[in-house]
Amino acid sequence: MSAPLLSVEHLSKSYGGVKAVQDVSFSLDRGELLVLIGPNGAGKSTCFNMLNGQVKAESGTIRIDGRDTTRLDPRRVWKLGVGRTFQITATFASMSVRENVQVGLLARHGALARMVGFAGRAHTKEADQLLELVGMREAAERPSGELAYGDLKRLELAVALSNEPSLLLMDEPTAGMAPTDRVELMRLAAEIARSRRIGILFTEHDMDVVFEHADRIMVLDRGQIIATGTPQSVRQDPKVRAVYLGEGHLYRPAPAGAAA
Amino acid sequence: MDFLAVQFLTGLAGASSLFLVASGLSIIFGVTRIVNFAHGAFYMLGAYIAYSLTERWSGALGFWGGLIAAALAVAVIGALVEIVLLRRIYRAPELFQLLATFGVTLVVQDLSVIIWGPEDLVGRRAPGFRHSVEILGQSVPSYDLLLIALGPLVLASIWLLFHRTRFGVLVRAATQDRDMVAALGVNQRWLFTGVFALGVFLAALGGALQLPRDAVSHTMDLRIIVEVFVVVVIGGLGSVGGAYLAALLVSELNAFGILIMPTISLVVVFLVMAIVLVVRPHGLFGKPEGPPRATPNALIRPWRPFSRNEQIAVAIAVLAAALLPLVAGSYVLSVGTEIFIVALFAASLQLIMSAGGIASFGHAAYFGLGAYGAALAAKSLALPFPAALAAGVALGAAGAAIFGWFCVRLSGVYFAMLTLAFAQIAWSIAFQWTSVTGGDNGLLGIWPPSWAANPAVFYWIALGLAVFGVAAIRAITFSPFGYALRAVRDSALRAESIGIGRRGVQWTAFVVAGAFAALAGAMFAYLKGSVFPDNLGIPLSVDGLVMVLLGGVETVSGAVVGAIVYRALSIVLMSQTDYSKLVLGLFIVTLVVAFPRGIVGSLQGLVPRLRGRAAAPMGHTALRPAE
Amino acid sequence: MRTGSVWVAALAATAAFGAAAPAALAQQGEIKIGEINSYSGLPAFTEPYRKGWQLAVEEVNKAGGINGKKLVVISKDDGGKPADAVTAANELLSRDKVDMLAGAFFSHVGLALADFAKQKQVFYLAGEPLTDAMVWSAGNKYTFRLRPSNYMQAAMLAEEAAKLPAKKWATIAPNYEYGQSAVTVFKQLLSAKRPDIEWVGEQWPPQGKIDAGPVVQAVAAMKPEAILNVTFGPDLVKLVREGNSRGLFKDRSVVSFLTGEPEYIDPLKEETPEGWIVTGYPWDSVKTPEHDAFLKAYQAKFNDYPRLGSVVGYALIKSAAAIMAKAGSTDTEKMIAAARGLDFDTPFGKSSFRAVDHQATLGAFVGKTGVRDGRGVMVDPVYRDGAKYLPSDEEVKKMRPQS
Repeated sequence: MSAPLLSVEHLSKSYGGVKAVQDVSFSLDRGELLVLIGPNGAGKSTCFNMLNGQVKAESGTIRIDGRDTTRLDPRRVWKLGVGRTFQITATFASMSVRENVQVGLLARHGALARMVGFAGRAHTKEADQLLELVGMREAAERPSGELAYGDLKRLELAVALSNEPSLLLMDEPTAGMAPTDRVELMRLAAEIARSRRIGILFTEHDMDVVFEHADRIMVLDRGQIIATGTPQSVRQDPKVRAVYLGEGHLYRPAPAGAAA
Repeated sequence: MDFLAVQFLTGLAGASSLFLVASGLSIIFGVTRIVNFAHGAFYMLGAYIAYSLTERWSGALGFWGGLIAAALAVAVIGALVEIVLLRRIYRAPELFQLLATFGVTLVVQDLSVIIWGPEDLVGRRAPGFRHSVEILGQSVPSYDLLLIALGPLVLASIWLLFHRTRFGVLVRAATQDRDMVAALGVNQRWLFTGVFALGVFLAALGGALQLPRDAVSHTMDLRIIVEVFVVVVIGGLGSVGGAYLAALLVSELNAFGILIMPTISLVVVFLVMAIVLVVRPHGLFGKPEGPPRATPNALIRPWRPFSRNEQIAVAIAVLAAALLPLVAGSYVLSVGTEIFIVALFAASLQLIMSAGGIASFGHAAYFGLGAYGAALAAKSLALPFPAALAAGVALGAAGAAIFGWFCVRLSGVYFAMLTLAFAQIAWSIAFQWTSVTGGDNGLLGIWPPSWAANPAVFYWIALGLAVFGVAAIRAITFSPFGYALRAVRDSALRAESIGIGRRGVQWTAFVVAGAFAALAGAMFAYLKGSVFPDNLGIPLSVDGLVMVLLGGVETVSGAVVGAIVYRALSIVLMSQTDYSKLVLGLFIVTLVVAFPRGIVGSLQGLVPRLRGRAAAPMGHTALRPAE
Repeated sequence: MRTGSVWVAALAATAAFGAAAPAALAQQGEIKIGEINSYSGLPAFTEPYRKGWQLAVEEVNKAGGINGKKLVVISKDDGGKPADAVTAANELLSRDKVDMLAGAFFSHVGLALADFAKQKQVFYLAGEPLTDAMVWSAGNKYTFRLRPSNYMQAAMLAEEAAKLPAKKWATIAPNYEYGQSAVTVFKQLLSAKRPDIEWVGEQWPPQGKIDAGPVVQAVAAMKPEAILNVTFGPDLVKLVREGNSRGLFKDRSVVSFLTGEPEYIDPLKEETPEGWIVTGYPWDSVKTPEHDAFLKAYQAKFNDYPRLGSVVGYALIKSAAAIMAKAGSTDTEKMIAAARGLDFDTPFGKSSFRAVDHQATLGAFVGKTGVRDGRGVMVDPVYRDGAKYLPSDEEVKKMRPQS
């Protein structure tokens, strides 16, 4: 029980000589909302992709519930109870909102190899509960291909939750959203983390958005962690100030879809 | 030794000829993503028009001027085809342009027979290049030397055009990111037209240049089209340099291959392609394709099973079909039987194309394996009819399992072309392994037993199997597995992050589709009484694609309608006219313009629009911010 | 509209067929032959062929028809595919109620039709297909074949080839059954006559897709004294052009299947190689009364000269008429009985259907190629009667399936 939910030690990765992530170490507990911030190109997405096995780490170790997952592929990592959302939304555009969640639920129940039975009638109740949770119950019948951006993000969250994850990775979930939506999504994430005892790791450009809800903040710059701590302490950190030039509203959101 | 050097030169000349045509195809595909099936038709038109011009114009100037003028004339025709036809369907689902260009090919084939007559035409020899030169004691035609020089020259010209002109820079930008070019304020429409005309010019020039060494005939187009596709894919899509290297590889391997194994020509290009793609999934110089155009985005209404009313309508239709033998004669029944079989084949292809999002260019392989499996089981093992059908299915599924295992490692057009390569390898085995398959004389005497020989009984069996097959494919589409398949198609990334592996799912679907295609093939063998290698040939694979696209690739079972329309029309036209290709081609072109989402797809789209007027307007397709 | 309409459409389509069917109002005064050929796929050959049979139909009817009934030929396209040929045969048989099937060009199409004929117990008279299997290994009671087969052509050419001094032979043939069996039979017959002959190599380009340069170069490297060619059509043109420019045919004897047929020699024009020993049809130098009559009638009707296909089409219908006239009926069994051993007239003279294997004894012309007035011709053509180039009845009986 003493082992943290997620522990990362000395994680590194470089692309063609450029060190994207350099000796990154941190840990995350159940029920905790940890936010990883940093400017574009700081290595946030690379870091993320290593955590769920999308990208293979060069060195360092990743442990989830004490188990070494450094070399596992995304499907194995998922089976250990890790859900994730993507920076550029990735939903199943040809399906309705509910069906997206149903696929997640079917996957969780290991039922996706079955060639009999209507998938559209499987786990409807559970799917609707998850949609309720993210505030998308009303849109359950709508084709996900025609959702507005903020709704897509919520849907992704619901799909990620369908696995009853113990760890949830959310890559810039608020990018491209209207300010009110962002705060709302943050609040939702924090609530889910606490009520479901899920550890959530979040990346974000904009510190203001996360300030109220994050338990801890980690600042990444040029592949290295330059500060970790409570929102308050991070905000005061001179190194962080140096990275995010200027005071006050330091954090200009990047345009949607820009690579981090 | 001298001989080998000269053989190498000969291979080089062949490479240049191939490259000219392939480079045009590569450029067109790179920018417009059109799988231009009509490229061979433009090549052939180049040769025919060059023939007519050079027969009229005399002298060296007349000859060379004739070749260039022919290529320019065909480029204009190409531009017209682009403006009149292709422009209308750029927004259509991917590969739909294949259907349009296929229609154009059919039209051109018959038109060239009407205009230039059925006989092979032998054009003039090139002035100044009539004779041969002695190289290392061997005669080499001087025209070969000209071609050898021309290949690199054209390659260099294309390079200069692409790197030193504004047009070229735009073309390269468009190859990488078409939307970006639109954002730059460039008139994308004319850029596409220009690129298409350029590609067609190169194809026509390639055809015209064959005048002094080949006969001009109305089969030239099909002779070259598959080969140039292979060259483009081996080289890597959109890579002109890669196309040259691939042409070189293919031509030289053929030139030297026939010294060791004189029968190798039949299959050499496909062997090379299969090996290259297995080792390098994006060809020699290709880069991973960007995400495919967001076809699913265009699909506003998610698929759903039949409603109560629709179920009743289908049941009535099946019942009516089942009652047909009460009124129809045996010919109508045999045509009906054939249509059911072909519909099952098309439906099986639709499973992987629509739900799976992976287009197979070689689906006939599994149809053919089913036919051969059944025929061999009946002939060699003397198995009864039902057991022979099962044997056919088993062979088809086994073939799909083996070939599919390699194919699902690839994606997009590379996937499609690898399926084609395997299909051609299977075809050449059926063609060459005379002791088992009977070679091109086929296997004869595969008739149903007396209890099933009556046309009405056989019709009912075919109807039953087709209804069962199509229903099963539909059920699979709506089953959890079908959702997994669509999930992988819509977003492999997301699918993987919730534990769905792309390859495993696609491979399973490939095998299932192969098994149903094989069932259709096995029935076909018993319908026709014989099996021939063309049961797994490219034309049948193309027919499959055409039927799926015609029905609507965004539908669940539109292929069934596509198959009925296409096959019934082909049979009627074959029976009634010698110019069936012309009529069929015009029909397809018209359909493409009238129903840019396929017949069923377009009609489906119409229903909500009509309803939408009465009720509150449906939410319009929201553009996803990533685009 | 959803997939439900699929079946509705199916019904509509099939209903259309039904409605279009002329309900088989078989007129009492007609005899119908259902004819199938690759009209859309091979117009170069099938256009003259069609003219040939049209002329024959006209002549038969002008002479009072068959047993007082008018002869009607219903013609269908097979698109070069055996499966489509079977569809067409089905239509002819069950909708048009034809009394006999005839036609085909490709061997595999012919074999599919022969097997169909056997299954449906209907008379099938094959015109063009050359494969030996047609009348031997896959032969059946219902199938007769008109044109001199692969074996016969090989035998005619081997006879000439044996007279040549050449000892080292190479072969070039399209890589499919026709090419393969042509080479096999030719080799076997020539080696039997000339055991001293050595076969130094072979090339098998794919049919229709010859890469002629490397093939010519490869054959030259074998240093043969003589070459057997089986390619035809565009492949032949490419081979001749590459061979001429690379000097392959210089000081070498060439024996070539079918090259003397106008269909194949005419396109070559002044590039026709000289001195090749070929089978073919020199339409302007055949001076027999039968041929003169045919030639005159043909030219008068079509204002064109006949090709070999014209002769085949013409003789096909003439022989069919002779069979039906002798049978005095269109009953299949009676027609088979009548056809066995039947003598009939052709533009090449008298011919007959052998009782043992249903092969006609129609022959071919053997001669040498040459160029006259810028066009390719056959020099010194001699007609070889097919009867003399067939194996004995005993050998044939062993090859035919016992059924």
